[in-house]
Amino acid sequence: MNVRFVFLLLLWPLAGWAQGFAGLGASDPSFARPQRGYEFQFPRDHGAHPDYRIEWWYVTANLTGPDGTAYGVQWTLFRTALGTGDAVGWATPQVWMGHAALTTPDAHHVEERLARGGIGQAGAQGNPYAVWIDEWEMAGSFDAPRLRASGVDFAYDLALSAKGPIVRHGDNGYSVKSAVGQASHYYSQPFYEVAGRLMLPMGEVAVTGQAWLDREWSSQPLAADQSGWDWVSLSFDDGSKLMGFQLRGAEVFTSATLIRPDGQAIPLANGDLSLQPLELAHVADRNVPVTWSVRVPDHGIDVSIVALNADAWMGTSVPYWEGPVQVRGSHSGVGYLEMTGYTP
Amino acid sequence: MIWPVLTALLSHWRRYPLQLFTLTVGLALATALWSGVQAINAEARASYDIAASTLGEGQFDRLVPRDGQPFDQTVFVDLRRAGWRVSPVVQGDLNGIRLIGIEPLTAPGALLPINAANSADLTAFLAGNGLIRAAPDAVAALSGLGQVIADDAIAPGTAITDIGVAQGLLGKAGLVDLLIVDPVQPMHQPSVSEFAPELSIQAARSGAEVGRLTDSFHLNLTAFGLLSFVVGLFIVHGAIALAFEQRRAMVRTLRALGVPLRLLVGVMVLELLGLALVSGAIGTAMGYLIASLLLPDVAATLRGLYGADVANGLQFRPVWWVSGMAIAVCGTMIAAAGALWRIGKMPILSGAQPRALALTGRRNGQVQGWVALALLAVGCVLAATAAGLVSGFVMLAALLLGAALALPVLLAWVLGLLQASSRDVVAQWFWADARQQLPALSLALMALMLAMAANVGVSTMVSSFRLTFVGFLDQRLASELYIAVDDQQQADQLFGVVSGHVDAVLPIQSAREAIAGVPTEIYGNRDHATYRDNWLLLQSGPAPWDAVAGGSGVLINEQLARRSNIWVGDQILVAGEAFEIQGVYGDYGNPLGQAVIDEHRFAALFPDELPRRFGLRLDPEKVGPLRERIGQATSIPQANMINQAGIKAASLAVFDRTFTVTSALNVLTLTVAGFAILMSLLTLSAMRVPQLAPAWAMGLTRAQLGRLELLRTCFLAVLTGVFALPLGLALAWALLAIVNVAAFGWRLPMFLFPVDYAVLGGLALLAAFLAALWPAVRLARTPPSALLQVFSNER
Repeated sequence: MNVRFVFLLLLWPLAGWAQGFAGLGASDPSFARPQRGYEFQFPRDHGAHPDYRIEWWYVTANLTGPDGTAYGVQWTLFRTALGTGDAVGWATPQVWMGHAALTTPDAHHVEERLARGGIGQAGAQGNPYAVWIDEWEMAGSFDAPRLRASGVDFAYDLALSAKGPIVRHGDNGYSVKSAVGQASHYYSQPFYEVAGRLMLPMGEVAVTGQAWLDREWSSQPLAADQSGWDWVSLSFDDGSKLMGFQLRGAEVFTSATLIRPDGQAIPLANGDLSLQPLELAHVADRNVPVTWSVRVPDHGIDVSIVALNADAWMGTSVPYWEGPVQVRGSHSGVGYLEMTGYTP
Repeated sequence: MIWPVLTALLSHWRRYPLQLFTLTVGLALATALWSGVQAINAEARASYDIAASTLGEGQFDRLVPRDGQPFDQTVFVDLRRAGWRVSPVVQGDLNGIRLIGIEPLTAPGALLPINAANSADLTAFLAGNGLIRAAPDAVAALSGLGQVIADDAIAPGTAITDIGVAQGLLGKAGLVDLLIVDPVQPMHQPSVSEFAPELSIQAARSGAEVGRLTDSFHLNLTAFGLLSFVVGLFIVHGAIALAFEQRRAMVRTLRALGVPLRLLVGVMVLELLGLALVSGAIGTAMGYLIASLLLPDVAATLRGLYGADVANGLQFRPVWWVSGMAIAVCGTMIAAAGALWRIGKMPILSGAQPRALALTGRRNGQVQGWVALALLAVGCVLAATAAGLVSGFVMLAALLLGAALALPVLLAWVLGLLQASSRDVVAQWFWADARQQLPALSLALMALMLAMAANVGVSTMVSSFRLTFVGFLDQRLASELYIAVDDQQQADQLFGVVSGHVDAVLPIQSAREAIAGVPTEIYGNRDHATYRDNWLLLQSGPAPWDAVAGGSGVLINEQLARRSNIWVGDQILVAGEAFEIQGVYGDYGNPLGQAVIDEHRFAALFPDELPRRFGLRLDPEKVGPLRERIGQATSIPQANMINQAGIKAASLAVFDRTFTVTSALNVLTLTVAGFAILMSLLTLSAMRVPQLAPAWAMGLTRAQLGRLELLRTCFLAVLTGVFALPLGLALAWALLAIVNVAAFGWRLPMFLFPVDYAVLGGLALLAAFLAALWPAVRLARTPPSALLQVFSNER
């Protein structure tokens, strides 16, 4: 899921930081670099890695209300280091950004939070497990955390429970991103079951469903000739799952992981995945494809995904589209779609 | 054909340079006063705006510590983690600069000179290398403390940096002074008192009140500026009317030579436009000078009275030039409209009569009298009915204009009476000649009257305000010594030390609550003679203090009464319990509502609010020794003890700075009026030789004539002053009883200051005397040959 590296490093609105990073160069030796062969140390690795430049905790959930209404929930915490080390207090170089969203078939609620590290307003630790910014938190234990966030016109409080193993992407969690060797440490927990409640302007809704957590950290930005990317995480009704993305640029680059119901990960090479837009919607003054054809011919996957709510625009300081989708075709199921780089 | 006509018209000014001078200087003075006052107002307002944007003063609610002491930043983190979108601020004095530390990632967007969209700023801010953005006047004082960048958008004397840097520089590591509450808050929140009982919410409005309060000051200045401009316009009108009258012959000749009327009027407008632009430029420059001289005092006044920061230095603002020039041009055109209209209507061969002005004046006298009467009637009706700010100002305008128009009529009437009652020939001639001069002098005299009325009005208002303010201080600061304690332990120590040494210890305790929708401070007062003796009630029930002591009564301040329209006899709810209003008291300068109930009821309704301040009653002589004793025997710092005398002196010193400004403007308007008289007399003097020559021929010496001229002007000035006094008092009444109530919610009692009026009358007389002196001397020195010539040229 290297797209989100690009996302943060290129599109984080604080262009000055990006310039700072560029100045430091991709091989800035002062930040730690992902190492092939590294064995994840849990629960420690569930917490923050301040020696790395960039890191995130990314939860998406497909939920259903008592009347069968579909909902989507996003909970994301990004960490960026302006410099190495983790000085205490205000002097820390660690900066945190949280995005929360709640999508219904006809509404999309978004909230963003920013925080400095070092004073306790935001942070992440493996033991006891706690990832937080302001009153938003994912805490308790990694296998059964409580996930909460709130905004002006929405809030949610969900209990997650892992029903499968942690999935390591790439080479045992060492995920190579390009031919020149840029990489990240990357694992997922795609098997969370969810029960909880959503607070919406019209009232409270009890929901159940499933959630997917992505954990990734690195220090190396990608070469930035791409104009944007399209990313999906799909959970099929047969228990298997698919994570895949394409980088749009001079050449389209794709990458994907197919996850069997038992958690076994099958990495797919560039070109194995095909993403084709089928239908555009006019969102936030631009045209965004909200219906896609997703195919992995080698594994018999040929589905179309349709946005639950075409208006799932994230009007945050980095604007992008992210929302729940319904899957139909050779497989049926639910999932999440993320798209960046669509300009007005 | 334009050029020859223009040169012909301009040749008039070559023949009468004094008229040109009058016109230019009159207009320039009028513009100067107007634009000077506007400059001061604009500068002050710009400073408030910057202050507001610098700290979001008035825009955002704040959480402030109840005890006023900085608190641990963990409170900020706790509140954020409880779901409160707040942002920490630390502030303090550093090398005389107000240093504010903010946290850019959580601060509401409108708060800062930087925001998250300006990435370079934010990077530098967060990078921890000590970037400080400072107002240009604060840069020098901060040199060496980090990377200091001048920023015009920051309030004067202020600097902004990251909270971490500020904590270090101010020696407040880990502490914050207040939290700014983001107007956008999440859906569910616990109450603040649950997580941070030591903090209380300060509503955004209270900060914005600075603007409301200072508005009263600016209103006074603006009224002054406008009056000065009107006075100036009278001068200009007089000069233009005279010049146009004298050019009737020229206009006739030009038109007889074939110049179309429309072209002629067009060229005259062009000529006036040129004059207006030149005088406007001079005036605006002079206004800038006036403003820059007065601004330091204005700034000191505003800072002292309202805590509003205003830059001492005047910044050049192009809008002044534009507004100064615009007002000069508009004023000229208004003043010239009548004259141009008459030129346009004049029959082509109408003769050029030297006394045309005087004759038209007499013809118009009656019409003018009726118009004046109508305006005064409108003013009186409005005085009885006016409720709002606009009708208040309309009433002022009607009153002033009506009085100004009535002045010549009244003067002519008085002079006619005097003439009829005098038997002496010289006296009769003296009064008759005064009446004959009146039309030419009346504009200058109107200007004098308006200037005097403005002075009487404004100084009455300011002095009344001062007296009220002093009375209010006496009422509010009745105790001789005020002591603030941090906790109950210090309070107990205090009681131990002072018992037996003081006449009374009066606890001062308050809580905040909305009463009838108005944010109100509720005080629990002890029943004591201090309050009964000193507090002045504007409206009261039969035994207000007994009712309050009995527990069922409440006293409220005038602001609360007027805003909610609740008065004595009405019921209000305090903390859910009903109280009957027993009295309304004046509470000047306080933007909040206030209510006073008995201390026992207060304690029952607000059990958490313990008295933290105490007023001690004792012999004023013993205040010093008692302070020392308290300082030695308790842990109360000297800073927490305040002498009543000290507060009063400081408050009054501040107030008196206001006088510097008003008295400076007083002198300036009188100068303008005196100048008007001088110019009128000078322009008249040449025309008057034919009228004086017969008197001289019949035996009056030139020196006698000169003395009589002087006497006549002074008499007219005194007479004008007599009329100006009631007008000024009416003006003061309107300002205090109508405009002030409409603008600020309280009515000030009006006091009279006969000595001040006498001094003002003396000054006006002096101005008139000085103005008449030179023309009189010139007259006394008129060569006999010039007087004789009158007879040889007899028409």
